[in-house]
Amino acid sequence: MNVSWDHHHGRPGSPIHRLGAAPKLGFALLLIVATVLMPIEHRAWFAGVAGVLLLTVLLSRLPLLFLARRLLMLSPFVLGVVLVNAWQPAGRANWLALAVKSGLCLLTVILVSNTTPFSQILRVLKSIRVPSLLITTIALMHRYLFVLLDESERMRRARASRTFTQRRPFHWHTLGTVVGQLFIRASERAERIYDAMCARGWK
Amino acid sequence: MHIPDGFIDGKTAAVSAALSAAGVGLALRQVRRELPARKAPLLGLSAAFLFAAQMVNFPVAGGTSGHLVGGTLVAALLGPSAAVVVVTTVLIVQCFLFQDGGVTALGANIFNMAILNSVVGYAVYRAVCHWLTGIRGRVTAIAFAAWCATVVSAISCAGQLAWSGTIPWAAAFPAMAAVHLFIGVGEGLISGLVFLAVYRARPDLIVETQAGGGPKRFGELVRQGLLATLGVAVFVAPFACSWPDGLDSVAGKFGIKHTLAAPLWPAPAPDYQVPGMHWAVGATAVAGAIGSLVVFALALLMGRWLVPKSTES
Repeated sequence: MNVSWDHHHGRPGSPIHRLGAAPKLGFALLLIVATVLMPIEHRAWFAGVAGVLLLTVLLSRLPLLFLARRLLMLSPFVLGVVLVNAWQPAGRANWLALAVKSGLCLLTVILVSNTTPFSQILRVLKSIRVPSLLITTIALMHRYLFVLLDESERMRRARASRTFTQRRPFHWHTLGTVVGQLFIRASERAERIYDAMCARGWK
Repeated sequence: MHIPDGFIDGKTAAVSAALSAAGVGLALRQVRRELPARKAPLLGLSAAFLFAAQMVNFPVAGGTSGHLVGGTLVAALLGPSAAVVVVTTVLIVQCFLFQDGGVTALGANIFNMAILNSVVGYAVYRAVCHWLTGIRGRVTAIAFAAWCATVVSAISCAGQLAWSGTIPWAAAFPAMAAVHLFIGVGEGLISGLVFLAVYRARPDLIVETQAGGGPKRFGELVRQGLLATLGVAVFVAPFACSWPDGLDSVAGKFGIKHTLAAPLWPAPAPDYQVPGMHWAVGATAVAGAIGSLVVFALALLMGRWLVPKSTES
């Protein structure tokens, strides 16, 4: 029934999981910024970063298959940029630089987000004085994201069991109504949440 | 349109991060001022809704499917500043939790998809609504606005990639703009359908239809519009060699009008003096200008078709 979006892989006991969120995030950010800014000629730097990341992968005991699948999942946007680049005269060197840099950065973010609970990331954001309204919004979104995904899946199933034809214009119209209904349900839920927050002394 | 890490360089990332921080800060201040406390959880829930809605696939010809992006839709439902906050939240969560879009590119992604998309979409929406009244006019307005916003975001994204030296402008602009001329049609259609569904079931949920005719948005739109214009000026203008005199003065005087005119930009092909190498850029610009007329006609037809005369109110 539940849409499963389990994003905490590996063993929570690993040394990487146990590291404090703030130093981990700070180090990852530093690594990413430095990797993006570094000219591609400095091969040693990129090899070093790759080494550090591989060590982290091994220490964190994340499933390797999961990591590989996530790394190779390219968005249409990336594919488009690569295709356009392939036509350019200096395309190949450029393409290699893009692949190395974005691959290393992607692996860094995957590692951090899979070894750090989201609530700790929020606490770090709070400690660096990100506006509280934004943090509340992010926290609520994270909390209800999976609830609404579930709800949308239930609505999809209900619709699939009731509509017989899928002529295209009609189908779009139905989907539009379903998404609109999802917004209405989200708004009504927001009202209930506010009441519940007030009942617990939120001001 | 989520730019990953490594696709844009340091200066582009820094400039777009600064612009985004300013834009999100302004939006947060505005939202805090006008949103009643009762509605505070609505922002988070709308962000969760937007994420879930992006998972719903709409079938397109040939077995492919598209999905909602939603900046304009949320702007029309909740107002532009709330939309900036909501889409920014979605982008932050997508970046950290689902690795969709890079950390260093977060500023650029927020600028394109949260700020530019919401502000341009909302400005076009209000302009068309002013002219076409009734729910029919609103559906037309939101469909056209969503198309414009999608194309402008794509052009800004192409500008950032070109400024970073990832892809030359002559290749980035035609590719991004051409693809999004079509994607935008789908986005407009979905946005119109969803808006109509909400309007029919719970018109009271839509901020603009609430008693009192909705809050005054002009000042808010001017500030955000200036910011959006500044970004477009930095990212896109350097590549338009024969921009009509002094972008800065135009932007300063007509912040909003400039944003409104942005979908039609880059202006007619004759401005492009070099047909040989840059023919694709000119051709895309012409296609965009013609496309906007075609899409507007389509949006009008859609409004007529979806909303029968008898239910028009």
